[in-house]
Amino acid sequence: MTMISQDAAAPLVADEAGGLHRRSLPARFLDFIRHQPLGTVGIVMVGIVLVAGIGADWIAPYDPTANDFAAMMQSPSWAHLLGTDQFGRDILSRIIYGARTALIVGLSTAMIGGAGGLLLGVASAYFGGRLDLLVQRALDVLMAFPLIIMALAVVAAFGTGVRNVIIALTIPLIPRCARVVRSSALAIREVPYVDAARACGFSHSRIILRHMVPNVVAPFLIVVTAAVGQAILAEAALSYLGLGVQEPVPDWGLMLQGGAEEYAVTAPWIAIFPGLAIMLAVFGVNIFGDALRDALDPKLRER
Amino acid sequence: MDLQDPPGRQFHNGDPLTAADVAASLNEIAFPPKGVLSPRSDNFMMVKDITAPDPGTVVIHLKFATTAFLPALADPFNWIYEKKILDTDPHWYEQHIMGSGPFKFAGYQIGQSIKGVRNPDYYHKGLPYLDGFVGIFAPKQAVQLDAIRADRAATEFRGYPPSAIDQLKEQLDGQIKVQTSDWNCTLGAWINHKKKPFDDVRVRRALTLAIDRWGSAPGLSKIAVMHTVGSIVFPGSPLAPSKAQLETLAGFWPGINKSRAEARRLLKEAGAEGLSFELLNRNVDQPYKYLGTWLVDQWSKIGLHVTQRVVPTGPWFAALRSGDFTVGTGGSCHGIVNPPIDVQTWLPRSVSSANFGYYDDPKEIDLYDKMLHETDPTKQRADMWNFVKWVLDDQAHFIETMWWYRIVPLRSYVNGWKIGPSHYLNQDLSTIWLSPPHCGKCTAEPAPAL
Repeated sequence: MTMISQDAAAPLVADEAGGLHRRSLPARFLDFIRHQPLGTVGIVMVGIVLVAGIGADWIAPYDPTANDFAAMMQSPSWAHLLGTDQFGRDILSRIIYGARTALIVGLSTAMIGGAGGLLLGVASAYFGGRLDLLVQRALDVLMAFPLIIMALAVVAAFGTGVRNVIIALTIPLIPRCARVVRSSALAIREVPYVDAARACGFSHSRIILRHMVPNVVAPFLIVVTAAVGQAILAEAALSYLGLGVQEPVPDWGLMLQGGAEEYAVTAPWIAIFPGLAIMLAVFGVNIFGDALRDALDPKLRER
Repeated sequence: MDLQDPPGRQFHNGDPLTAADVAASLNEIAFPPKGVLSPRSDNFMMVKDITAPDPGTVVIHLKFATTAFLPALADPFNWIYEKKILDTDPHWYEQHIMGSGPFKFAGYQIGQSIKGVRNPDYYHKGLPYLDGFVGIFAPKQAVQLDAIRADRAATEFRGYPPSAIDQLKEQLDGQIKVQTSDWNCTLGAWINHKKKPFDDVRVRRALTLAIDRWGSAPGLSKIAVMHTVGSIVFPGSPLAPSKAQLETLAGFWPGINKSRAEARRLLKEAGAEGLSFELLNRNVDQPYKYLGTWLVDQWSKIGLHVTQRVVPTGPWFAALRSGDFTVGTGGSCHGIVNPPIDVQTWLPRSVSSANFGYYDDPKEIDLYDKMLHETDPTKQRADMWNFVKWVLDDQAHFIETMWWYRIVPLRSYVNGWKIGPSHYLNQDLSTIWLSPPHCGKCTAEPAPAL
């Protein structure tokens, strides 16, 4: 049995001979660049963060944690392009390494929370009935808490550190993702090929994972992309409040705490550059997410 | 010791304050009954008994003569409680405030503020000058400085680093004045001897050898209240070791490269190369968070992998007291400078409840007793040195770093306050007065009351 609509994100196009085929990934990417210039800027910004995070060991000019009291609070110069902080640490190096922390938290949160929300949302829609009712009410409870409040509660219970920050941000993401995915999955559940799969005696897990999940990928990707930005911002907020990662781990939110507050007047670069890094990274992820939504939405795509 | 207490003093509830109250309070501190915690009972280890033969006389018998007694008696933590209340409920004061000082308790909002109003019946006639005060709670240094900058607060009595004071001076040109003093507070790290491999003196010595105190002090003292490299004895005290003596202690050697090479050798010998552990730290900017960041960096220089667990003051104390930590930052602050008593902090846990190293060391107790009983200053200094060397070098029980330095800013209209070597001293505000127009209807300096 052959299923259609396995890849809703890749539309079919007609070739010269009138046959239908899927366009290659590079071709679709070029299309994206052509039609979504702002999204392309977002991709570039996200790409810079990715390169910085992955290649920090090779790119960063200095050890991000090494104290150098001979170079305390130096303004930007050729030796230290973005200046140094109160411990004489190179701010550029800390921002580059901070990208790694932001990426680890942002991507882990989005992937784990997204996967959890995807399965929960699709399963809830597929099984329906009392299970759906119970799951949705539980999600209502979780969604009643603002993201940062829920994250604060989780960190208060589990403690600080990268792992616990990821847990803290993943838990609030699951219901948000599940709610969006469920609404799409409810429509998918009613289409004939799902009935056909049931009639063929496929297991629930096979129907959910192979025939429903691929068809809710578009809204799922949009939610997950937005979640990356939210997670980076929330992680920075938690660290700023002293509830995220701890010194001397290079982290953008942490860099805004302490020294940045105390030396905002005499050494403003300590606060300005990490703030800019957070702003640009979140902005990049958000405009990329917006463009992705436009690209994946058939109605918008046809305009 | 026969202390004559003048009559006419009274508590804020109007009851007379007599020698019986003084004796009952000191007994509660020195010999706490079962179920009552008295962290400073060790200050009175030389006391045999305390009695009040009549309403105006307190008699204290000592077990042995020591120079440490009088400073211990002057410690501001020796509150005077009302005997009548203590006899009824020794825990009453844990939840209530009722003293005999210049200000009466007027209100308290958790995390916000504490208020006091003038006590018209204060025993120093004419004092206090102020009608009242409001103390604002603001743990973050930046918030405290903003409050002073905006004139929401007139002062902060703990102290700030030079970088913060320089900013205030620049922004409040002519509207701010500062007082400075050495600070009877030291800072370091407790090593929990019950956690392996920290039961091994080689590992403990490696930890202290890794720290470049001499090289870091000039820089750290600009951004933190950490200032003077010293031992566990207040540097300004006649009992403190000389610099030449200090430089013979592990971690205080003049050459940091030599120290770190020795640290690496010791770690290798102990099979603890590349050791990873967690540093428990207190979520207080000055100086704890600076200390934590600095220590982690210093330890990384000998290949150690250290992360921090930064928690609020309550959980920090709870973790230290329960032993739920490996290495933890620790400060030791005292009121009156009294090294023979102040160094009790580092006596074994069986003797000192303020010790968070969790070790037993009978020899250390012997060294301390010898020093405490010695009344000849020269010999006592030598005995103190032997004690210090044993604690910081031979056993490396504690990682001593630096002593603090107080720089207290006051709005220029605040007068009558004098800085001391401790933020526990001179805090009753009784002699503070404000220049016009901040003092309301006043027109000039108040007449001296004492």
